Amino acid sequence: MTPSIAQTSLTADWRDLLALTKPGVMRLVVFTGLCGLLAAPVSLPPALGFAAILCIALGAGAAGALNQWYEADLDAKMRRTANRPLPARRMDRQTALHFGVGLAVFSVILMDLATNHLAAVLLAVSILFYVLIYTVWLKRRTAQNIVIGGAAGAFPPLIGWVAATGTVDTLPVLLFAIIFLWTPPHFWALSLFVRSDYAAANVPMLPVVAGIENTRLQIFLYSLALAVSAVAPYALGLTGLVYGISAAVLSAIFLVLSAIVLANKAQEPSGMKPERRLFAFSILYLFALFAAVVADRWVAG
Amino acid sequence: MPRPEDELVKRQRERARLMAWLLGAFVILLFLITVAKIGLNK
Repeated sequence: MTPSIAQTSLTADWRDLLALTKPGVMRLVVFTGLCGLLAAPVSLPPALGFAAILCIALGAGAAGALNQWYEADLDAKMRRTANRPLPARRMDRQTALHFGVGLAVFSVILMDLATNHLAAVLLAVSILFYVLIYTVWLKRRTAQNIVIGGAAGAFPPLIGWVAATGTVDTLPVLLFAIIFLWTPPHFWALSLFVRSDYAAANVPMLPVVAGIENTRLQIFLYSLALAVSAVAPYALGLTGLVYGISAAVLSAIFLVLSAIVLANKAQEPSGMKPERRLFAFSILYLFALFAAVVADRWVAG
Repeated sequence: MPRPEDELVKRQRERARLMAWLLGAFVILLFLITVAKIGLNK
């Protein structure tokens, strides 16, 4: 495309604004948030439930936009992200900043109006955590960046639950723990087969800093912790058999797939089929596990 | 080839239209939230 006034002016294409919110990530955020809301023992009127989920989605979009505002230089160095609106110069940075801050403020205020103060505070904390602690502070400094970033992604079910009940409880904290422990094996599996990209951008991802073998071991260890936290809601009597069986079966498959990753000796992406398989299954795993929480609640009445 | 100014106006118009739809949706949402909140407090 030839550069034009429109490409560098203030009038960004709305499709690029949408792309700033990372719609792909938002799907999982909306789904887990909705599950947190539906798993709560209190049911909200549909309009308020819808508003709560909308706010969680907008908050995640705001965090995504601010992340891309801050990381435009970094995104330009990686093939996977080079075509995002900022590195591709289809939008100026200030537009992205205004859009992100505006969306964040809007989502928190609307959450407060529609549900309660605690849900709004948690939403604000999750956005600030992702932008300040993860993006600005830790991502470029430590190979544990993904572990910290996972905490930001773990907020939605907790916020959904609190939006419905107004209080924090053991089950939503366990749902938080599940996403928190799921994120490292999920992303490290990905980072193994796109390793060269992160190396080019100087991001201290675990495979680059600690090596492939060590990453595989960490994936397996986190998978063990994930399996424990996944069956904990049933073991503690917070959910019924529907969830208990689902969690046990899904976690067993997850563990087997990560054990295969641990046994894999391949050093090049072409030999990393087990890693690709674990990555693909990890997405299905989270969807299925959270669907099971809701199904279990419905079966129990 | 379209002039850059044409593209600019087209984008502005597209975004203005989208903003109008979003504002309309927001008004409806606020109304529904208000109705639901009043219902909760009864």
